[in-house]
Amino acid sequence: MQTHLGLLVIFAAFVSIVFAVLLRDEPRSQLRFGATLFGAFVVGAIAAGWLMLPLPL
Amino acid sequence: MRATTIERAQGTNPLVIALAAWLVPGAGHLWSGQRVKGLVFLAVLPAMFATGLALQGRLFPFELQQPLVALAAVADLGIGLPYFIAKAFSLGGGSVLAVTYEYGNTFVIVAGLLNLLVACDAWDVAAGRK
Repeated sequence: MQTHLGLLVIFAAFVSIVFAVLLRDEPRSQLRFGATLFGAFVVGAIAAGWLMLPLPL
Repeated sequence: MRATTIERAQGTNPLVIALAAWLVPGAGHLWSGQRVKGLVFLAVLPAMFATGLALQGRLFPFELQQPLVALAAVADLGIGLPYFIAKAFSLGGGSVLAVTYEYGNTFVIVAGLLNLLVACDAWDVAAGRK
């Protein structure tokens, strides 16, 4: 998998897991925080991509 | 079992636990009795580092003439033992022509920085601050 989106998803998964386990103690809150962080990474990156679309290279 | 492990960890210098946490990702939390956290770090951080190397990421040299390269080298070293294993097997040469070169660098650098953060957390746990 060498697409930008694919690698972004893998990166977001790794970082979200580490931060969720590091910053939360209860499994339920770890899951919720990790899922929120993962979603924020992916949605934020897609949103930033759309915002940059009109900009010249 | 958990109480015994925590008592043993409390008798150890927190700096030693932090150094162990840096050298082997997750070791500090395992030592302090936080087994699940330690095992997750032990699995995820080396996997992220290995993914970066598989994506043709580079282990940067310590070149003080180029401060950003030197900082990247420090971040690479943050992963601990996997860094030395990769060096021993001549991995991490990086291929600047590869499409995934910059992605690989990002994975390798962030894995090292995350492990440093985990080591600091292990230090705090061992020192009783968390």
